Amino acid sequence: MKRKKDFAPFISSLAAIVCGLIIGFIILILSNPTEAVAGFVTILTGSLTHGTKGVGQVLYYATPLILCGLSVGFAFKTGLFNIGGSGQFLMGAFGAVVIGLTCPQLGPFQWVVGLLFAILLGAIWGAIPGILKAYFNVNEVITCIMLNYVSLFWVNMTVKGSKVLFNALRNESKDIPKVATLPKLGFDVIFDGSSVNSGIIIAILVAILLYIILEKTTFGYELKACGLNKNASKYAGINENRSIVYSMVIAGAIAGLAGGIMLLSGTGRHIEIKDVIPSEGFNGISVALLGVSNPIGVIFSGLFIAYLTAGGFYLQLFHFSKEIIDIIVAVIIYFSAFALIIKKFLERYNEKKKDKEYNLIGNKGA
Amino acid sequence: MGNNANENYAIEMKNITLSFNKKIANDNVTLRLRKGEVHALLGENGAGKSTLMNVLFGLYKADSGEIYVNGKKEVIDNAVTANKLGIGMVHQHFKLVHNFTILENIVLGVEETHLGLLKLADARKRVVELCNKYHFDLDPDAKIEDITVGMQQRTEILKMLFRNNDIMIFDEPTAVLTPQEIREFMTIVKNLKAEGKSILFISHKLDEIKEVADRCTILRKGKCIATVDVDKVSKEELSEMMVGRKVNLKVDKAPAKPGNVVLEVRHLSVAGERGHKDKVRDVSFDVRAGEIVCIAGIDGNGQSELIKGITGTKPLKSGTIKIDGQDFTHKSIRYKNTHGISHIPEDRHRDGLILDYDMEKNMVLQEYFEKRFSHSGFLKEKEIAEYTDELIDEYDIRSMAGGTSIVRNMSGGNQQKIIIAREMTKEHKLMIAVQPTRGLDVGAIEYIHKSIVKQRDMGIGVLLVSFELEEVMNLADRILVMFEGEIVAEFTDIQNLDLNELGLYMAGGKRMNMKEVA
Ligand SMILES: Nc1ncnc2c1ncn2[C@@H]1O[C@H](COP(=O)(O)OP(=O)(O)OP(=O)(O)O)[C@@H](O)[C@H]1O
Ligand SMILES: [Mg+2]
Repeated sequence: MKRKKDFAPFISSLAAIVCGLIIGFIILILSNPTEAVAGFVTILTGSLTHGTKGVGQVLYYATPLILCGLSVGFAFKTGLFNIGGSGQFLMGAFGAVVIGLTCPQLGPFQWVVGLLFAILLGAIWGAIPGILKAYFNVNEVITCIMLNYVSLFWVNMTVKGSKVLFNALRNESKDIPKVATLPKLGFDVIFDGSSVNSGIIIAILVAILLYIILEKTTFGYELKACGLNKNASKYAGINENRSIVYSMVIAGAIAGLAGGIMLLSGTGRHIEIKDVIPSEGFNGISVALLGVSNPIGVIFSGLFIAYLTAGGFYLQLFHFSKEIIDIIVAVIIYFSAFALIIKKFLERYNEKKKDKEYNLIGNKGA
Repeated sequence: MGNNANENYAIEMKNITLSFNKKIANDNVTLRLRKGEVHALLGENGAGKSTLMNVLFGLYKADSGEIYVNGKKEVIDNAVTANKLGIGMVHQHFKLVHNFTILENIVLGVEETHLGLLKLADARKRVVELCNKYHFDLDPDAKIEDITVGMQQRTEILKMLFRNNDIMIFDEPTAVLTPQEIREFMTIVKNLKAEGKSILFISHKLDEIKEVADRCTILRKGKCIATVDVDKVSKEELSEMMVGRKVNLKVDKAPAKPGNVVLEVRHLSVAGERGHKDKVRDVSFDVRAGEIVCIAGIDGNGQSELIKGITGTKPLKSGTIKIDGQDFTHKSIRYKNTHGISHIPEDRHRDGLILDYDMEKNMVLQEYFEKRFSHSGFLKEKEIAEYTDELIDEYDIRSMAGGTSIVRNMSGGNQQKIIIAREMTKEHKLMIAVQPTRGLDVGAIEYIHKSIVKQRDMGIGVLLVSFELEEVMNLADRILVMFEGEIVAEFTDIQNLDLNELGLYMAGGKRMNMKEVA
């Protein structure tokens, strides 16, 4: 195959990762040259060299990354940019906290209902930009960003205002009782000391489900058709508005589920009352890009980024401050994603650019 | 001149071989373009013409072979290099930015700035001059997305003209032009030749090749069959060399036996852009089962809008549409598609295909949800694949990977065949076909024309929009002429039709007193 544009997508993902790692290494050198190499090796191998706990942590960190990546990637397939994953995540988290703290009578089903409620709230939070986009032609990016803030302040206000939910001492939501948390499925035994639980299984199942929806069903056929060619979809009688709403509802539901799972993990995660939007939704964008929006690809990109995060944790053994770890991991994540955005951008404008190039030269005779 | 005889050639492509995933698209092809000649490239759909030109323009890289430009060996690996060497190209599928104006598209990349502002005024002057010189009726400020395919094509040609390349590649430039425009285009090509430019010209239309080309290279299945002097061979010989058999372009058809009214259109109007007058104005007509009604007219006189209004992709301002007596005016597109209307759209890339889906998925674009192809929400992949294979056989659709070929990678003519196969095969009572044979080779046209007549004989009503008079004359049982959004004439006796008279109606020089259709 000689066509230059035809890189296999995974090759460019790999290239992006390599670039991100190089930049990360440079940052390590800048902040502490003597231990940079050792630190870099730790990022790459830390998750594997600290027993089963490291592996477990990778799976734990991967859970929300995979789910949020799926959320963003699924919307991408329909031509939508779900930058509202964080808001949906937070709504899901809130839903799970409410059920987890107020419904002990549900017994063994408490976590199930908690997750369902998280899904519901996330779905509603996705439906709003979907409906606005479909029927009022309001750009989903703008609505999503605004809803991120709406959810942040509304959840803060509600949690703070409720005696049942609020732990005033720590300025965060109360601990979820152990009975209301997700089953561990023996993971706590296999990966001793890590936080991994059944959430990772749920995330992988959701990925497989989405893959089946996109590839095997008429519904997925329609969603992707709308994303690829609106006009042809219209010609074929596909209801684009409906596809947009469904796509956003599903994307929101998945992000909401991610929020629910994190809060019901029983690992000390709380809704903290501060003016910061949870980063999970944004990380989802990187994960989706790195996994080229393919649900199965997203599993692997999510695991990869989690792997770096877990490895980065052990950087503390060398004399890097804790913040450096976050910076480096973030740089790798974002640089990877950034490289991919550039690639996508170039691809889309390739034809236009080509024209530009030869026009520039072609003008010599004019 | 010079010590190298090859300097008589503007371009020499020697032993070019290129394959996609091990399937050969150009097989040891040699092509020589003399300086100052018009050289035609002829071949069936998928023969490898566009691929060869893309190699020359630096968009594809050949596996082996050499390219000489003006006697010097060159490595052309991108469009920039091609342009440095004076090579320009108008692609088969236009490369225009849809939400830019004509002017902006033409100056794209050559914008000169003055204190940060585009010096559009100078460019505009030149564009207007060129428009006048070549008689292009274009508004430089119209947006590409609002103009017809024909006008977009003219913009592309204009873009080439704006840049004065010495070696010009035209990949099927005339496929969508009206007969008048083609005549004008022929004159342009002749003028360019007189100015000393060397021109490579791809066309499926033998008349054009006979008229304008000096020599012609024939490709078949990726191989170079021959290069001939055009005035030494007949059209029949050309098409035989190309297809490998005799082709009969005259359609034999029995007189139509029209039955019930299938399509009834009454007082249909479609609004124009804001501030402009209606594109379709109070149009009424019928199409009966078992007849082929052709809408003739010059591009841009409301034909596209009329069809879009009927099929539902554009809203109606007023009027009614009935299919088989049932009111379809306010039905959804899906309902229309599944209750009798088949539609071969004007712009195959914009409307007819999802280019990034494979052929199988495109083949069921109108039917993927039907029982036959889906089961409780799941696509029946096996059925879809089998169905696609059947149609590939029946319509001789050529590609590199059969049903799983991504449509974007297929040749233009074969993309068109997917749409035709799909729309002809799905259940319907009315076939609406806009320029159905656009970009098809003579062999394929012969087959499609026969299929359309066969449809008619099966009792389907056919509404055909075509700018090609030959096609209209060949197929029509009845002709309606559209001018400025109105139907201005109707002809029923096609055999004895006076072409000049038809032309007069099309140009608005004359109109019949159209009675209300009963
Ligand atoms: N990028 C690509 N990837 C894979 N196959 C390709 C690609 N481009 C072209 N082909 C294949 O190469 C063959 C030749 O295609 P090409 O577009 O050159 O045909 P053509 O002679 O221009 O036909 P047409 O008259 O229909 O335009 C076709 O079978 C096509 O499917
Ligand atoms: Mg071609």
